[in-house]
This record gives sequence, C-alpha cells and structure tokens, in this order.
Amino acid sequence: MKRYWAPLILLALMIAFPWAVNSIYYQGLMILVLMWVAIGSGWNLISGYTGQVLFGAAAFFGVGAYTAALLQHKLQISAWWGLPLGGLAALILAFPFGWISFRLRGPYFALVTLALNEIMRHIATIWESLTEGMVGILVEQTFVSKLPYYYIALGLAVGSIILVDVVTRSRLGYYFVSIREDQDAAESMGINTVFYKMVSLCLSACVIGLAGGLYTNYMGFIDPKIVFSLHDISIMAILVGIVGGVSTVYGPMVGAFIMVAVQEVFRSGGFGLLAKLSAGSPLMTSVTKFVSEAHVLSFGLLVIFVILFLPNGIVGDWENLKKAVFVQRRQSA
Amino acid sequence: MAYFETKNITKFFGGLAAVNGVSFKVEQGQIYGLIGPNGSGKTTIFNLINGYFPLTRGEIHFDGHRVSGLKTYQICKIGIGRTFQVVKPLKRMTVLDNVIASAFLHAKSKKEAMQWAEQTIDFCGLDSYKHKLAKSLPIASRKRLEITRALATKPKLLLLDETAAGLNPSESEQAIVLIKKIRDSGVTIIIVEHIMKVIMTISDRILAINHGMVIAEGTPAEVASNHEVIAAYLGEDYRAQD
Repeated sequence: MKRYWAPLILLALMIAFPWAVNSIYYQGLMILVLMWVAIGSGWNLISGYTGQVLFGAAAFFGVGAYTAALLQHKLQISAWWGLPLGGLAALILAFPFGWISFRLRGPYFALVTLALNEIMRHIATIWESLTEGMVGILVEQTFVSKLPYYYIALGLAVGSIILVDVVTRSRLGYYFVSIREDQDAAESMGINTVFYKMVSLCLSACVIGLAGGLYTNYMGFIDPKIVFSLHDISIMAILVGIVGGVSTVYGPMVGAFIMVAVQEVFRSGGFGLLAKLSAGSPLMTSVTKFVSEAHVLSFGLLVIFVILFLPNGIVGDWENLKKAVFVQRRQSA
Repeated sequence: MAYFETKNITKFFGGLAAVNGVSFKVEQGQIYGLIGPNGSGKTTIFNLINGYFPLTRGEIHFDGHRVSGLKTYQICKIGIGRTFQVVKPLKRMTVLDNVIASAFLHAKSKKEAMQWAEQTIDFCGLDSYKHKLAKSLPIASRKRLEITRALATKPKLLLLDETAAGLNPSESEQAIVLIKKIRDSGVTIIIVEHIMKVIMTISDRILAINHGMVIAEGTPAEVASNHEVIAAYLGEDYRAQD
C-alpha cells in the first residue's frame, strides 16, 4: 500500500490547489502543467519505454487540437467532443504512419516524426478552406472560471499517469522495454516488434491528441504556428520527458512542473522582476526583451545540464540526487 | 519426416555463398553439434533457421511446420528458441524481468509468466542474480541468461550459439551440465561450439561445415577422424602427413 501514499497525498493537494490559490494566473499555469504531464506521459510511452524517440509530438497534439476546433467551427458540435475525437484522430494519424516507419530501425522513426510534424503544420497552413490557415480558429470558451478546465486537465493528467503505470507493469510494458533494450533479442523471444511498437505509438498519440483537444477548449484559439510548433510542443515534450526522467512513471510530472516554470520565468522576464529593474533604462528594456525571447536557449542549457549531471532525469536519478544533497549537508555540518 | 530438417539451404550475401546447399536432419531429443572453422557459416545457419535472414534457396521444416518464410517471432512461437553468440541481454532490466518478458509468450497472465520465469531461473541456476541488472552480470552468467531467456519461451528445439566460448574450464563444465539437463527435460538441441571438448562430449551427432558447405556428418568419433575435418581445422599440410 505504501506505494500509493505519496501519489494520493499529491493528488489531494492538486485537488485542493485552486481553492488555496485564488490567482487566475497561477491556476492558468497549473492547467498548462497538467496538460504537459499528459503530453509528457504520452511521449514517455513511445520514447522512454519503447525507445523510439518521438520528435514530432506536435503532429499528434495539433491534430487533436484541430479536431476539436474544426468540430465547432465547421459542424457546430461542442469542442468538448474534440477531446475524445482528438485522441482518436491522433491515433488514426499514428496508425499508417507507424505501420510504414516501424519497418525500419534506428534513427529513421525520429526523423520521420520530425517530418510528420512539419508536414502537418504545412497542411494546416495551406489548406485554408478547411483550417483558415495562418488566421487560426477561434473557439468560444465554455467556462469563464478556470476551475472546470483545471479539473478536466487534472483528470487527463491523472488518467495518463495511471495509463502509463498500468501499461508498464503489464505484458505490454515488458515487451516495450525489451524492444527498447534489444530488438533482435525481443524478436527471438517471440515478440512481434513491429506490432508492439505500433501499440505503443498509438497509445502515445492518443494521449497527446487528447491533450491537444483540451488545449483548444482551454485556450479558445489555435493556429498552425502554435499547435504544430516544433520548439514549443515537440521539443518541449522531449524536454519534459528527459528532465523528469525517461521511462519513469512520475518523471513527466516532475518534468512538466519544471519545464513550464522555466518557460514562464523566461517568458515573463523573471515574473516581471527584470521589467521592474529596467524601469527607465533603455538598455535594460532591451535586455528584458532579449531574455523573454531567449527561452528556447534556456532549454538547450537545461538539456546540457541534465545530460551531464542527471542522465536519468530527476526521478530516475532521485536516489543519487538525495545522496548528493545529504552528503553535502553532512560535510558542511 | 525427421523432427527437424533443412533441405539444401543456401544464403548468398551479394556474390558470396555464406551457406551453400546444407541439408541435415535432427531427431527429437538429440543434441546435434555444428562445427567448422571461423567464418564457415555456423551462425549464419542459425540466423537462417530462426528467420533473422531470409533464405536464398532451400527449405526448413520443424515438427510438421514449414519454418522457412516465417518471421522470427512466429518461429519462436512454434517452438524454436535461440541464444546469440554475442550475448544480447536486455541490459537495463533485471535478470528476472528479462526472463519474465520472454515467459509472457506462453503465459496468459503476469502471475503465470512470473511463476514460469522463477522456475526457469531456478532450473538454470541464476537465482542469486535474480534481482541484479542484466548489464552487471559477468560473461558466464550473461551466457546463462541467454539460455534462461530462450528456455522461458518453452522451446521444443533450442539453438545454442557458442554458449561455452569465453568461459573458463570450470564454467564450461557447468555449461555442459546445464545443456545436458535441458536435453533431459525433453528439449532437442542444436549447438554451435568451438571448444572441441564440449562438443565432443555432449553431441549425439555432429555436422562439420567449411566455406558454407557440409564436409562431414556423423557421430563425434566419425567426424573427429574425418580427413576433411582435420584438413579444415589444421590445414592441408596435416592431411599430407597421414
């Protein structure tokens, strides 16, 4: 039972959060964090456990987002149907795509997903009669309060963590990790590697697509540059996975917290701190502008740091991390 | 028809015939040895049997099934397990997880897979390493893990590729004991081995190949005294002397 304590306490805290913190700003941030927990978990299934690095999470995210938006825009159906249908649409996209690319091994899958990301972005940009192109689609938000979005996002995040937990402790999980470790060995253990890679990809795509559907509903506006963004979605998904801990159930959760925080600190110039300091000084104003535009640069630095010092991510290297902190404290005492 | 039979199997890599028209039959319950100098095509034969490479020509039959043309995982399912000469442990999994993953093949539930994995690990004498990561094992135990993992798929025919290579004398002694134990449990075995002491003591019959072609087949004593075999291993000069 001990295994469930920490997650349950955390869950209770998360449920209580919107009551404890009234600020709409922080509630909004938490919704993003929860959305990233889902995306990170999805990414983790195919890339962390199955070892097929997904470089184009945005392809599935964007398809989910556009499914939700188009349902309302074209068919006048509530965009909330876009949540399940967005997951389904992402799965339908993943299926033929995996079927073709998983016949190859090595870096091809990663490269092809990168291409898929760009292809989807261009389709969404060019096919103006369907997607309105660069103008984007405006979707009426259902709720004024952030609370409903928060709990739906929480449900999605918890659901995706439970999915990963259940899947990885079942036959599928063992097969996924076997495929990651050695495909030849896996084949000769009787594992149909192409099939199980497909299963893994479809599960991933579905979770990421769901998150995309949620994004449309929450943000109320999407355009190709946002939802098919290479650095803000695809790379971010990889970072959430790597920073938190690849192939750990709770890694994406930690990763999502950190990455959204890092992104926000840079975007807002240290929560407005830089803006305050720079009041009146034109030099500092341009520095502030540079810092908020350079948040992608910080991703790069963070990756270098994590790979050097925490190659298994924060959750994966938790024991080492604890030891390091503990030993230092003792030495200084 | 024999329990396991290859008919005229041939594999070309470009213009090079790695295996050329090899036919042999293995009866149920035998330990069948495969010998030959380096590069003679022994491992290629294994790769052909287990579908790792497609055949250029020929057919393979096993237990009433036509094996050639099937995919590797299908071949494993009908009962042909194999180990790799260059061991392929699933490094970042524990020994137990390695074996569970392959025990799932014929298990309906995780519980069943775990039980069968534990049994197989006990059978192969790896219990002390059960919860160690596969990458931390010494070479002798890695080779043993290869066998354990193959056995966990409940094979009827087991292909062992140089299980004793790189082991010290006492370890290879233990390997022989294990292989005999596997045979006694009712599994037919085809074994590739360089160490003559191992292969001569355990094989019921031996097939010797060189340059991808059969040069001798028979009991260990027959093969050991065969001129072609001696020439292949020691060179033409030695043939001239007798």
